[in-house]
Amino acid sequence: MKKKLVIIGAGMASGRMLEHLLEANPDAYDVTLFNGEPRGNYNRLMLSPVLSGEKTYDDIVTHDDDWYAAHGVDCRFGEPVVHIDRDRRIVHSNLSSAEYDALVIATGSAPFIIPVVGKELPGVVTYRDLEDTNAMIDAGMAGKEAVVIGGGLLGLEAAAGMAARGAKVTVIHLMGHLMERQLDPAAGYLLQKDLERRGITVHCKGATKAIMGHGQAEAVLLEDGTVYPADLVCMAVGIRPETRIAVDAHLEVERGITVDDTLRTSDPHIFALGECVEHRKQLFGLVAPLYDQAKVLAKTLLGEAAEFQPVQTATKLKVTGCDLFSAGDFAEGEGREDIVFRDPGRGIYKRLVLENDRIIGVVMYGDTADGSWFYGLMKDGADIREMRDTLIFGPAFQGGAAPDPMAAVAALPPEAEICGCNGVCKGTIVQAVQNGATTLDAVRACTKASGSCGTCTGLVKQVMALTLGGAVVEAPTGMCKCTDHTHEDVRRLITSMGLKSIPAVLQELGWKTVGGCHSCRPALNFYLLAEWPLDYQDDRQSRFVNERNHANIQKDGTYSVVPRMWGGVTTPAELRAIADAADKYNVPMVKVTGGQRIDLLGVRKEDLPHMWADLNEAGLVSGHAYSKGLRTVKTCVGSEFCRFGTQDSTGLGIRLEKLLWGSWTPHKVKLGVSGCPRNCAEATCKDVGVICVDSGYQISVAGAAGMELKETEALAATPSEDEAVEIITAFVQLYRESAKYLDRPYKWVAKVGLDWVKDRVVADLESRRALVARFEISQSVYRKDPWAEHSTTSEMPKWAPLADLTLEAAE
Amino acid sequence: MTLFVDIGALDDIPQQGARVVKTAQGCIAVFRTADDTVFALDDRCPHKGGPLSEGIVHGTSVTCPLHNWVFDMNSGQAQGADQGMVRTYPIRVEAGRVLISARLATRKAA
Repeated sequence: MKKKLVIIGAGMASGRMLEHLLEANPDAYDVTLFNGEPRGNYNRLMLSPVLSGEKTYDDIVTHDDDWYAAHGVDCRFGEPVVHIDRDRRIVHSNLSSAEYDALVIATGSAPFIIPVVGKELPGVVTYRDLEDTNAMIDAGMAGKEAVVIGGGLLGLEAAAGMAARGAKVTVIHLMGHLMERQLDPAAGYLLQKDLERRGITVHCKGATKAIMGHGQAEAVLLEDGTVYPADLVCMAVGIRPETRIAVDAHLEVERGITVDDTLRTSDPHIFALGECVEHRKQLFGLVAPLYDQAKVLAKTLLGEAAEFQPVQTATKLKVTGCDLFSAGDFAEGEGREDIVFRDPGRGIYKRLVLENDRIIGVVMYGDTADGSWFYGLMKDGADIREMRDTLIFGPAFQGGAAPDPMAAVAALPPEAEICGCNGVCKGTIVQAVQNGATTLDAVRACTKASGSCGTCTGLVKQVMALTLGGAVVEAPTGMCKCTDHTHEDVRRLITSMGLKSIPAVLQELGWKTVGGCHSCRPALNFYLLAEWPLDYQDDRQSRFVNERNHANIQKDGTYSVVPRMWGGVTTPAELRAIADAADKYNVPMVKVTGGQRIDLLGVRKEDLPHMWADLNEAGLVSGHAYSKGLRTVKTCVGSEFCRFGTQDSTGLGIRLEKLLWGSWTPHKVKLGVSGCPRNCAEATCKDVGVICVDSGYQISVAGAAGMELKETEALAATPSEDEAVEIITAFVQLYRESAKYLDRPYKWVAKVGLDWVKDRVVADLESRRALVARFEISQSVYRKDPWAEHSTTSEMPKWAPLADLTLEAAE
Repeated sequence: MTLFVDIGALDDIPQQGARVVKTAQGCIAVFRTADDTVFALDDRCPHKGGPLSEGIVHGTSVTCPLHNWVFDMNSGQAQGADQGMVRTYPIRVEAGRVLISARLATRKAA
């Protein structure tokens, strides 16, 4: 008969322990897992990328519902345990109870709240779990003032995350320099400088006296009298083991729950691991020793001999752009020597602390590539006398090796640790690759290397590249949670299987959800209309609100309306119609856009079709300023007026816009046509840019001027305007046919290669003409004004409320 | 007992879409799924006040158009990692007409 195992707390330590236990012997125990949080195990180390917006909760889930179900774990999430009945061996939560033969306490830690006035005010948060992280995100940080109390690892990650979301952040730290437990003052200074460069204010030697505010945190007062305004105060001064349940059960507890080398508490049936335990007077906060505990406890539970021996661990900071590494002891002392390397120009600092010709401490800032090599030497207690002169330059300079970027990794011995969180050494990764794990995901799956905090991902890839003898291929992933098929696969299958509707795709390709989701449906709608322009009926309900309503939704639920101005050219009559519409519908703001047109902002939904009808009457049509489609063709005045103009750039721009308008594309498409190389239309940062020269037209593509900034690359040059138009049309059609939804042209070209594009739209005339022909077929359906279609007398009522119950109440 | 009032024909609401009903205390979003089930929820995302009636409807869920919060229309509960709740109201379809709780018609501005 199976024994009963109850676990209190679904964190990273107990999660890892479960993995080891179930892998070694899935039939040993019936497992019941209680967790106070209403969810299972996720990677807490990754909360800072969630806070900064680089990742979402879904990205950091370690064990999802399927995993627990597949392993038969009885999950009691959202059930905090309230009592342990040691005599009858029963655990009681707020809702249920469970008997146990073995009990594991893994309650982790709680944030330490400094006892100052105002600590209970709304707006004062801690930074420990997903709730805390979401509370900060929900507080809406853009433009707000935030104060982080505590300049340690956790506090700085919170500060950087909030700054990334647009908050004005101040860090208050009690000690003389940041992260004093991991860094010496020099490295702490460089870190402070880096953070200040990102607009974060750092106040060291600052003791918090009080948090001030009326019903809500408003400011933080320091002992020295400084006041920092604060809409949000994050306390990140430290953690303490969460031991209340163990204390109540009269287990032996000092600072943490006392455990022996097998992780057994003072009750032989009860075990504990993670941040809640105290082992030989030591507490644990970093993940590597917790994973070691997990390994040991899994063995203990299976009756195998195992002992937990804590080892020194290294620290890295997970703040993008701040590269630091620290391990060992770096306090100055008798008999200790330093080797220091500084490069002030590049903000690099490296310091090795030596004692008896052995490394006992490493601090690095700015360039940490050699960190694990030094750490390996330190752990092994290697004698460094022979290489002392060049030691600080790293492994690449030992024995006269060439300064190859890969040399440092190549020089690492097989037992060198690559992933500190999971204790994975180089040899293990090499072996996994040789056994067929050729993608990063595969290596992660079988070794866990780079699977926790992820800072060693680059190193893991380098080890893989060295072993494979080439670059690492990323594993393709499904287009969303509804399917494991990639975007590329779905497009291919739509064509080969002749799928012509969204329900057909969902059914035939085995979608895992009933009606798809907001991520896959717009993509599918585009793929279908691009593949079957004549057969497929555009599905308005699968479009994002802006494309469904042919206007851009604003944050207050009103819309912005942008009529098309062909090539940026307008007339007094058009301007009068726009002015009249702005007056008639009380438009609160009229603004000139970057795409050479006029934006009417703040229009109510029910007014949209009426405004469109008025604008249509003056000959104005939709500017598609809301669409994944052709947006604008920006032009300069060209040879018609400009004394430098070489060709009619305005005319060419208008011709291109009249040809391309209305077409749907994977992402928005913007063009620019400049009449001479002075480039007044800024054509060389557009998706497609034309520079007119005396000899004709230079076409370049794949520029970007948004989150990324990139100059266009030359596609072709031609003396003929007709040929220029043909090449551009073919380029747009090729983009429509082969790019992934939501990839701008510059991303798509980077994936397929410019040469591949050139072959099809420039060199191969037959292919070019075929692309143009297919574009024309599609445009026979889509080159039309959606505003006209939606402002007919039969369509107009659909834009108004279905019913108005305020009127009925009045009656 | 809940009294119901007629707010319009089922066919006035697009499948996998929504229309709004104005009340003295704000708009109610009336959704129609692909299989003609109807739901009535406050037309206001608890996150930043986004109009849920403009969201993409998938299954019996709707995604807020502003920041992609997903709500189960049965319960009004936010799904996934987001936490929040939208109020739901009794609604039903009879002979092709959509009927909603009469209390919505009589409630006064707060």
